[in-house]
Amino acid sequence: MAIILQVKDLVTKFYTLDGVVNAVNGVSFELNEGETLAIVGESGSGKSVTMMSLLGLIPMPPGKIESGSASFNSEVGLCDLLQLSPEEMREIRGGQIGFVFQDPISTLNPILTIGEQISETLIRHKGLSKEQAREQTIKLLSQVGIPDPELRYKAYPFQFSGGMRQRVVIAIAIACTPKIIIADEPTTALDVTVQAQIIELFKELRDALGVAVIWITHDLGVVAGIAERVLVMYGGRPVEIAQVTDLYKSPKHPYTLGLLGALPSLEAKESKRLVSIKGTPPDLLIPLKHCPFAWRCDYAFDRCWEEIPPLISVGDKHQAACFFDIEEGGPHHD
Amino acid sequence: MADKETKSHQTIDSLLDTEKTFKDRVAYFGRFLWRDRGGVIGLTVFLIVVFAAVFAPLITNQSPFDQDLRSGKLPPAWKEEGTWEHPFGTDSLGKDIFSRVIYGTRVSLMVGLFGVLIASILGLLIGAIAGYAGGRLDAAIMGGVNLILSLPYLLFVVFIATVLGRSLLNVILIFGITDAPIFARVTRGEVMRIRESGYVESAISAGARWPTIIFGHIIPNLLGPLITLATFEMSAMIFYEAGLGFLGLSVPPNEYPTWGNMLAAGRKYMTSYPWMASFPGLAIMFTSLGMNLLGDWLRDVLDPRMRRSRK
Amino acid sequence: MGRYFLSKLIQSLVLLFGVLFLVFMMVRVTGDPAALMLSREASPEQLEALREEMGFNDPALVQFKRFMSGAILGDFGNSLHFKTPALPLVLERLPATVQLASVGLLMAIIIGIPIGLVGGFTPGSVVDSVGRFVALIGQSVPNFWLGLMMIIFFGVRLGWFPTFGRDSWNSVVMPAFVLGLPVMGQLVRLTRSAVLEIRGEDFIRTAHSKGLEPRTIYLKHVLRNVSIPLVSVIGVQFGYMLGGSIYIEAIFSWPGMGGLLEQSIGWRDFPLIQAIAVFTSLIVLLLNLLTDLAYSIIDPRIRYGR
Repeated sequence: MAIILQVKDLVTKFYTLDGVVNAVNGVSFELNEGETLAIVGESGSGKSVTMMSLLGLIPMPPGKIESGSASFNSEVGLCDLLQLSPEEMREIRGGQIGFVFQDPISTLNPILTIGEQISETLIRHKGLSKEQAREQTIKLLSQVGIPDPELRYKAYPFQFSGGMRQRVVIAIAIACTPKIIIADEPTTALDVTVQAQIIELFKELRDALGVAVIWITHDLGVVAGIAERVLVMYGGRPVEIAQVTDLYKSPKHPYTLGLLGALPSLEAKESKRLVSIKGTPPDLLIPLKHCPFAWRCDYAFDRCWEEIPPLISVGDKHQAACFFDIEEGGPHHD
Repeated sequence: MADKETKSHQTIDSLLDTEKTFKDRVAYFGRFLWRDRGGVIGLTVFLIVVFAAVFAPLITNQSPFDQDLRSGKLPPAWKEEGTWEHPFGTDSLGKDIFSRVIYGTRVSLMVGLFGVLIASILGLLIGAIAGYAGGRLDAAIMGGVNLILSLPYLLFVVFIATVLGRSLLNVILIFGITDAPIFARVTRGEVMRIRESGYVESAISAGARWPTIIFGHIIPNLLGPLITLATFEMSAMIFYEAGLGFLGLSVPPNEYPTWGNMLAAGRKYMTSYPWMASFPGLAIMFTSLGMNLLGDWLRDVLDPRMRRSRK
Repeated sequence: MGRYFLSKLIQSLVLLFGVLFLVFMMVRVTGDPAALMLSREASPEQLEALREEMGFNDPALVQFKRFMSGAILGDFGNSLHFKTPALPLVLERLPATVQLASVGLLMAIIIGIPIGLVGGFTPGSVVDSVGRFVALIGQSVPNFWLGLMMIIFFGVRLGWFPTFGRDSWNSVVMPAFVLGLPVMGQLVRLTRSAVLEIRGEDFIRTAHSKGLEPRTIYLKHVLRNVSIPLVSVIGVQFGYMLGGSIYIEAIFSWPGMGGLLEQSIGWRDFPLIQAIAVFTSLIVLLLNLLTDLAYSIIDPRIRYGR
């Protein structure tokens, strides 16, 4: 499979009045064409900031991308997203990389019709005329499962339900047939039943369009339904990368283990207490020289407090940033 | 190594950092003052005005009432014919302008404080009833409130003042009553918001009884917006009192100096003796500005949503 | 949309009725309206004569009906001072006040909104800080005092503008500026805060994520949303300017309704005062109605009754 996006050592900081927030501390990953990668982590783990950094969507004061590269295989060839000029970035945003955000009511402009909000991307990136854009938009609306698309073109966001609105947002994202869609917690603000529908829709569209998807979430339950590979983040760093089945079957990082333990399961044989990970996420204002998870880890030992564990290979296409081997019960030998 | 349980441990490390010098602390305090400079200025102005009102006899040895026709129409001290006995000059009847400005703070503060007191209590009651009751009672009350608010305020204040006659009490009453609708509207909005946030329901279901709910939950939430509003309205009342005085509808000048009636008296002499009206005008502007700044600052500080993201 | 407008119309009519009631009541609140209207030295015979002439001895309900039926037809009785019908005297002064308020509002919009926009798009810049400072002063300065100061300075000392009356084309400049200054200040602050707030909204982030040109984002997404509160404030402020011009007109001897009001107070000419009060309220209510209409056109959420 061809790599469509390769991110290396991305570091993003925010310079605020209270200090420097180390939001992203060296994130690297790859995305293959047509693949669905899930990025999992708590609030503050840096998952959203990572994606927004790639597309220049973070406010630049106070934010600053300190270092890193993001090699994107665009329509016009390879380019580094972090080095693009504003005009070049605008070409890519919406046109080759689409975004789906979390809360559909605030994501849509309340005083413009939804048809117009979809059409404007088409006009901008595909150079369509208003009429052509309108026709295409109506097709898109039915593609995302909105009934009576001709009528609904002129409707306003407040006239839709949450699930319908999210479909509109998805329509905007896929309108210009992008190569990648980044979805930042797209179902978190929706009812559980609607969540399932949206996930189904996503899968259909993904298979139909062959688009690569980065799905950001904090919910490991959702991940299983849609992802092929998973990247787990903590404290602004990647802590585990694996194929989805490997992650669930043999997690190698104590944090992942904790997340899985916190999932309620219908198949549990005995009633088991939900285990939550003790402690709270790290304060990103303080630059750390040791493993960020050490405070909350059941397996931490002295090395964990002395160095930051790098990502090391722990299996086939499986990496974890930990000095401890959970299965062996002792530190890794390297 | 220290306890691994909670994250508070890491912040304690930095707090106990004894390397924070005195200079650092001063810098931190200075930053705080600069960030909130609006509030600092506003509060200072307010305190100056209060100080002037309370300690007036100590600030100036001149009486604001003494007429001395020989020293009438003197210019301010720094001009040729002026004297330091009358730092701001005198009016047409020889009364010292500086002391009249200082004593004028008393009227302004009284109008502002009592006016706001009346308006806020009235408004609070009306607004709370409307907000809590909802339905038709709410619609009826708010209809009345909106009626009063949508009309040209000045017009009616002037109308009523003309009818009732000139006295300090009348002015305070007029402002208190005509400003109550604003307090009512804000209170009602807040009460409704609290009611609908479900947080009262959870308090009730947790077993809280209604005095606790009112004093422990509703009132603390109301305090923020109300204090901010009170500050702005006080500034406005001082402003409007001056306006009424200017038209001759406030306290008569022989009874007590107010900035408004000083402006009215000085108006006739604008071209030849401009200072008679300038100084009271400056006083009004100074007070009004200060209180507006204070109100802005209070609004930022007391709004819980803003507290986290203050720039 | 029609239903929304109709309900607002009915509300306005109810408000108008309320105003008439208030105006009717105010004059009678002290018990003896005749004593109110005549000077203190009036003899009992003069008082009684006035009561007869104005019908104050009739039962309250009769008086009220008379007042209301008169008001609807535009008859507010005769001015005590001029001895001619009150309303035409007011109408005669209307154009001058409208001119004053319009020019003032125009000034406020042309100067205030652009400064607010710059402030919103470049917060913390020099223009922003200066603009906000001037706005604050503009809102805190007592306009009657400022008028006096400007007369001395620009009128007498520098001789740039006429200091009273409405004779030449530039007579309107100073009074309109002073009248419009508080509104200008308010528009600067409101525009600025609206721009800042809208820019922080999620849907602007979406607009950026679509790769739209900055110009499109500013015009179509930011400004259109900003205009909603602006329209509302401009409409209401225009009404206040029309109704609150009394000080400015007094100071600059401007022949408008406000000036007439100031004189009526001195004459204790209550029929005239009543006429001014009712008529001004009518204009304000009309303006509010128009503002609501404009508002509902821009913001579809209002239109569909949400």
